[in-house]
Amino acid sequence: MISQNHQHADDITNSFPGMNEAIILRKLIVNQSIRVENLDVYIEEQHILKDINMTIPEKSITCIIGPSGCGKSTFLKTLNRMHDETPEVKITGKVFVDDENIYGPGVNVIDTRKKMGLLAQRPCPLPMSIYENVAYGPRIHGIKRRKAINQTVIQYLQYVGLWDEVRERVHTSATRLSIGQQQRLCLARGLAIEPEYILGDEATSALDPLSTKKIEELFVKLKEKYTIILVTHTLRQAKRIADYIIFMYLGKIIEEGPTESFFSNPKKQLTRDYLSGSFS
Amino acid sequence: MKFLEEKIFKVIMICAAMIILFVLVYIIGTVFYRGFHSLTLDMITKLPGGGFYLGKEGGVLNAIVGSLYIILGALAISILLSVPLVMFINFYLPAKSIFASLIRFSLDILFGIPSIVYGAFGFAIMVYLGIRASLLGGILTVAMLIMPIMMRSFDEITRLLSRDLPDALLSLGATKYEMTKVILRQLMPGLVTAILLAVGRGIGDAATVLFTAGYTDNIPASLNQPAATLPLSIFFQLGSPVEEVQNRAYASAIILTVIILILSFSARYISSKFSKNKL
Ligand SMILES: Nc1ncnc2c1ncn2[C@@H]1O[C@H](COP(=O)(O)OP(=O)(O)OP(=O)(O)O)[C@@H](O)[C@H]1O
Ligand SMILES: [Mg+2]
Repeated sequence: MISQNHQHADDITNSFPGMNEAIILRKLIVNQSIRVENLDVYIEEQHILKDINMTIPEKSITCIIGPSGCGKSTFLKTLNRMHDETPEVKITGKVFVDDENIYGPGVNVIDTRKKMGLLAQRPCPLPMSIYENVAYGPRIHGIKRRKAINQTVIQYLQYVGLWDEVRERVHTSATRLSIGQQQRLCLARGLAIEPEYILGDEATSALDPLSTKKIEELFVKLKEKYTIILVTHTLRQAKRIADYIIFMYLGKIIEEGPTESFFSNPKKQLTRDYLSGSFS
Repeated sequence: MKFLEEKIFKVIMICAAMIILFVLVYIIGTVFYRGFHSLTLDMITKLPGGGFYLGKEGGVLNAIVGSLYIILGALAISILLSVPLVMFINFYLPAKSIFASLIRFSLDILFGIPSIVYGAFGFAIMVYLGIRASLLGGILTVAMLIMPIMMRSFDEITRLLSRDLPDALLSLGATKYEMTKVILRQLMPGLVTAILLAVGRGIGDAATVLFTAGYTDNIPASLNQPAATLPLSIFFQLGSPVEEVQNRAYASAIILTVIILILSFSARYISSKFSKNKL
């Protein structure tokens, strides 16, 4: 079944040579902020991401959907240069962020990572208190004033709806939080460094419906200031909050478009199959 | 058949546990049985008097202090070298680095070398440099002995750390050095374990200090004076023909055991203090 689909995917991309038209059109309409050109990623000789071309519009939410193992996390990591840490990953192509190729010469990796706030798929609290977890980012980026840090910590814990739950124990270890709480803490920690982009890798996967709703509302609010890319496995979530959808399959972008038309009128058979749940 | 296998395995497991327990109880039992009556306050507060090894009065304070000086000095040196080395091969070198494997391989070999060889090696260097048996010589030689085990065990624990924490830190825009500092807090219990293993190997070893630290009935007042150690003190007391002195050797063994226990507990305590909250 899987290999059949794979074949299918190849057929489809080959038979639509003009599929970049949509992208070009969008470039004209909206301000672009992230532009990916001919991106290929190989991990230990395996071709993981295949010729990715896309434009992410600024101040909006773009959701990446696709079956497990299709390369969504790998893609997000190419956007903040996390693959630098693993030499077995080879990357070719260009990723422009605000018109600067982050894989170009002389790019400061630390600045890039600060700019691209990546929230990892598995929440990982730092071995310190809840308070210090959120304060850590601002601290290493040079904020020293106690008052400023205090304010930041409280603000972002409130943002993610964690403050009321933990206000009595903000100075106790963060590792004792529940997984859902850890996920929100990591979100607060990532926002506290004040990135310009938010790359969320299944940022709500461990949350109950109510907290999920709160975080979704937060993202919708945040898109006034930030450009947001979210990976999600919940199609309904993508429908609820996304402005644009990108559907990936086996390392390729199969289809992309504004949320409305993507869901109401998918162009590719593979997309229709995925949306109807024939495979996942 | 499967049932039988399970039965047999269970019996083996229980036997192994029993044997270990028996040996432990037997050794500690003997040491306490023979040494307990000789364990007087004098033993830990007095230097050996004239004729101590023939049954006259005195204590082993010289060896207690000497052993503590040597092990603490050796620990300081080893920790100062082990932590940077382990951080380097785990977080600064790529995951499948040949250089890192080479270091690990060398450490494995160094770990297998008998302590008497370290003693002889240290002694040879000291002769070459014209240094006499001294506290400094003992500290350096014991440091060489315990460094491989400290580095290797700390390295093993560090390798178990999942990539998530370093990745989370780097994603926040931390530099490698900032990342390492946080990781070390996470690894503090592991470091303590490595230190305790090293203490266990270093403090009880007689062969390394035999030529390099020498032996004296006094407490060394500077790094270039010779220093007594508990293992050698035990050795000399056991060699005495007087039974009372032999019993004192067992009392000294109890003292050595208690020192190790105290070091263990304080290390655990300090680490739990350390790993709480603040940066
Ligand atoms: N370090 C690595 N070494 C080898 N293969 C890897 C590595 N990282 C990722 N891969 C492979 O790359 C492919 C894409 O992985 P990725 O984690 O990006 O998938 P994903 O779309 O995020 O899946 P999920 O929805 O399950 O999180 C997978 O086939 C995976 O096995
Ligand atoms: Mg993933």
